[in-house]
Amino acid sequence: MELTATDVSKIAYLARLAIQEDNIPQYADNLSKILEFVTQLNSVDTDAVEPMFHSGHIELRQRADEAKQPSNSRDKILALAPDAAAGLFVVPQVIEDK
Amino acid sequence: MHNKTLTELTQCLANKDCSSEELTQVFIDRIKLLDPSLNSFITINEEQALLAAREADQLRAAGKAKPLTGVPLAHKDIFCTKGIKTSCGSKMLDNFIAPYNATVVNKCNAAGMILLGKTNMDEFAMGSSNETSYYGYVRNPWDQACVPGGSSGGSAAAVAAGMTPAATGTDTGGSIRQPAAFCGITGLKPTYGRVSRYGMVAFASSLDQGGPMARTAEDVALLLNVMAGFDEQDSTSLDAPVPDHTATLNDSIAGLRIGIPQEYFREGLNPEVEAAIIKASQALEKLGAEIHEVSLPHTHLSAPTYYIIAPAECSSNLARFDGVRYGYRCDAPKDLDDLYMRSRDEGFGDEVKRRILIGTYALSAGYYDAYYLKAQKIRRLINDDFQQAFTKVDVLLSPTTPEPAFKIGEKVNDPIKMYLNDIYTIAVNLAGLPAISVPAGFVNDLPIGMQLIGNHLQEAKLLNIAHQYQQVTDWHQRQPEEV
Repeated sequence: MELTATDVSKIAYLARLAIQEDNIPQYADNLSKILEFVTQLNSVDTDAVEPMFHSGHIELRQRADEAKQPSNSRDKILALAPDAAAGLFVVPQVIEDK
Repeated sequence: MHNKTLTELTQCLANKDCSSEELTQVFIDRIKLLDPSLNSFITINEEQALLAAREADQLRAAGKAKPLTGVPLAHKDIFCTKGIKTSCGSKMLDNFIAPYNATVVNKCNAAGMILLGKTNMDEFAMGSSNETSYYGYVRNPWDQACVPGGSSGGSAAAVAAGMTPAATGTDTGGSIRQPAAFCGITGLKPTYGRVSRYGMVAFASSLDQGGPMARTAEDVALLLNVMAGFDEQDSTSLDAPVPDHTATLNDSIAGLRIGIPQEYFREGLNPEVEAAIIKASQALEKLGAEIHEVSLPHTHLSAPTYYIIAPAECSSNLARFDGVRYGYRCDAPKDLDDLYMRSRDEGFGDEVKRRILIGTYALSAGYYDAYYLKAQKIRRLINDDFQQAFTKVDVLLSPTTPEPAFKIGEKVNDPIKMYLNDIYTIAVNLAGLPAISVPAGFVNDLPIGMQLIGNHLQEAKLLNIAHQYQQVTDWHQRQPEEV
């Protein structure tokens, strides 16, 4: 599986990574090699095999939908933000001016 | 004092041979002396550590001390510590001060342990050499031109150099065991779910597991007792009783059935490492264990399986670093996409970006079945190999790594070569099993490790075997000369 520069740009956008133009060929080369490495998986027929998303001994628990932690932590959380105002996270304008 | 084990230090404190304040000062001084060259700490917690040590001494004077009250340790910088920076080895979190403690941190605090500092690591635990850290690589105390292993390389180097008697680590594909082997210490990756992941920065959630690192199996058992246990705040935490892991250390291992997986002794294994592991198995045989050859036929597929699943989970977990809520934000973003894209490009290093891209690709429309689903199916075959082996033997024995520590810079530009360093450790994470690395000899004057793998929740058995081995060998007592 050989990835092109266009493939890498497309994947990078899906992952919201602004990869520098100069670095794209190197990523394309690295990623192609990794994909080549994992093609070994196709050597095994797995049609009858159930996927294992978690190690087998784990049972995912559920609990009642009740708040377990105090909900007065807003200011502590917002204090970590690069930009916050009026109790909200601040980001660049999302809706464009007419 | 810095050469003493955790067990010996608890005795010193109990006998009032020294105070916690004196002990903490010894280790802080040692860090200041050695770490400018080794670089195993990202944050040194000097003031708060000494304050906590004085409080521990008061508790002890009042007769309220627990066994580990006043004993120092270091946490890998992946565990959130309230009020102390948690960087995860990344520029992305260089300014991040968690508003809460990880469960592991709370448990160590509750046991009375003193936090010396936060140890260096590969960025977001993605690496096998500690070279991907934003804070620079860590040097191996046995040979400063060599890597300490990774991703818990700072923890391993700090223990090996006597800068802390014990440390926490995390292991997603070998990140406790491989650095333990490279630095000549003992490190245990517990059963998936045994130690809470709450407050441990997530890399690959179905594989990540925290665990103890120290000089001896006895010390590892002591620290595992503190770290392990059910936690309501981790949805995959195991609700199972935790035994006292020190209680069975002295049990006889006569009649124990040890399996040698033949696939772990093929091309790629350094012949001197192989010879040392065979010698270790003979030492266990002398203690009454039986050695059997076993087969794990899908071993060759564990690395490619891991390098689909881990990046897939990583790309999903690391989507949270968006430059909005915490962590790094780029300068003057022109719109929201620009904010996301530049913050992530500037905040993450190369290996992290590589894994995010691979994971994003493997999970993207049209490729999910071919990569992600396929890997999860092979994961079951790998798991079934282990379960099949455990019907015949009690534990498995192998090298921890194919070779001793490699040179700084040697593999950093070749991801595949770097990934192959983990071939003996990653299958264990895919199957959620516990495994320990125990010092088992030297090759080219560098320590090497023997890996023991057990079935789910068999940590006490692994520690028992490791402890018995350490009663008849002295590899774990060797210490690097120049430090």
